[in-house]
Amino acid sequence: MSIRGVRLNIQDLSYRYSSRGEPTFTELNLQAAPGECLAIIGRSGCGKSTLLHIIAGLLKPAAGSIHLDDTRVEGPSPKWVMMFQAPHLFPWMKVSRNVGVGLKFAKWPEKEKNDRVAEALRLVELQDYADTNVQDLSGGQQQRVALARSLVMEPELLLLDEPFSALDAFTRSSLQRDVRSIAKRLGFNLIIVTHDIDEAVIMADRAVIMAGAPGKIKDEIEVALPDPRQREDAAVQGMRARLMDAFHKAAGKPPASEASAAA
Amino acid sequence: MSATATNATNPRAAAQAAARSAVNWVVGMAIFLALWWLGGYFIGANPKTASFAGFGLIPTLEAFPALWQSGKLQAATLASGERLGAGMALAIAIGLPIGIIVGRSKFFRDLSNSGFQFVRMISPLSWTPIAVLVFSSWDGSIIFLVAIAAVWPVVFATAAGLAKVDPAWFKVARNLGANPVQMLNQIIMPAIAFDVFTGIRLALGVAWVVLVPAELLGVTSGLGYTIKDARETLSYDHLTAMVLTIGVIGYFLDSVCVGLIRRFSWHRGDA
Repeated sequence: MSIRGVRLNIQDLSYRYSSRGEPTFTELNLQAAPGECLAIIGRSGCGKSTLLHIIAGLLKPAAGSIHLDDTRVEGPSPKWVMMFQAPHLFPWMKVSRNVGVGLKFAKWPEKEKNDRVAEALRLVELQDYADTNVQDLSGGQQQRVALARSLVMEPELLLLDEPFSALDAFTRSSLQRDVRSIAKRLGFNLIIVTHDIDEAVIMADRAVIMAGAPGKIKDEIEVALPDPRQREDAAVQGMRARLMDAFHKAAGKPPASEASAAA
Repeated sequence: MSATATNATNPRAAAQAAARSAVNWVVGMAIFLALWWLGGYFIGANPKTASFAGFGLIPTLEAFPALWQSGKLQAATLASGERLGAGMALAIAIGLPIGIIVGRSKFFRDLSNSGFQFVRMISPLSWTPIAVLVFSSWDGSIIFLVAIAAVWPVVFATAAGLAKVDPAWFKVARNLGANPVQMLNQIIMPAIAFDVFTGIRLALGVAWVVLVPAELLGVTSGLGYTIKDARETLSYDHLTAMVLTIGVIGYFLDSVCVGLIRRFSWHRGDA
């Protein structure tokens, strides 16, 4: 499987859900380098999930543009694929058919499709479950199938909308590590929307902090940590504290470190 | 975990459940036949009702070879089958797309609800005078009556199935590049297949119920007509044999629908 990353360029992006309503965000600008993993963090209602849907082409912006290299995003495409909070697998299909459904939509020849599906299942360590009914899988396994369903399309950009928030802590941690590792190994871009600061530290090269209504990008922090990242490492803990401070500051509250010092 | 889910993973439990079901079927059928035989016996034993002894189980079963050899049974079944098939095909061809639109579009649902509910409540057979005026043949009228009776279960079951579909499936499919035809064939239809076949099963029941009285009206073929003919010639054994045939065919068609529902159901716990 050969995937390349893309240069993401979001320019002056605005969105409002209804023509008379308040804008969700206005004139938002964001760039990412090829292969970069971005985490967008912020409180509910700041527009981070809406931003992800627009990047995926599932919502139309009111103004502005999104380019992946020279291609303007004007609708959904297998090159920029989104994974949702729930796996939303198709229960009438076995695991392998779920994974290959995008290739079927693209009318791939059966043999090549099967090879690609097998490779994607190996990547997410579910090669022994190809003929399993998806309803017999655990939540974590189902989310791995959803990941394989996205990876099989060889996306240049994988968008993750709080994809692990419904999972138990152990499964979540393992998937966070695996998704980053696969992204780095294959070279595609990753944008993850999350409420979880730990998730941002473990998965991202850069954290983008959004706040306010209409939403604005308040801060961008490089997460320059070596891989693999362990939660208990001092550097990870330090970055977590830094992101937490920036998160509170963006929300207009005193940084957690100052609050605890005052106490 | 439901019994069905347990059976799906435990072949022995599945075999036991199937055996239990078969035994229950046989015992139920034996009770039904015994009661029929007993009723026939008392009718035949009473001099006042002895002329109706043909309604009994044994005379009915004995009538089948004669009906078969004369070709009446095959001709009647074929004529009724053609009308039922045409009516059902029409009901599905009209009901399925309408059901999908009703299920997908709130605007269309709101717009059509009062009209559909009103027309649905009109007894199908009350359309007969209009059908006879509109269609040049009795066959056309009967097919229309069958279709108008069967279309509503298909429409409403399809719409209800679509209303239960996870909207995120459409988003995921769009995200993975599905075009509208693929969305219909590979997402919508499999997602609602269970409800569509359930609707077809209900529609078939209604259609079968409407078909026989419709054939009593003016045609000279079909199961309904053959029953009327047997009554007029006082051939009660033939009459009951045709009634039994209607029951057997209806039961068979219903079993086919149940099989299709099982085949296409992805809901855990559906039987």
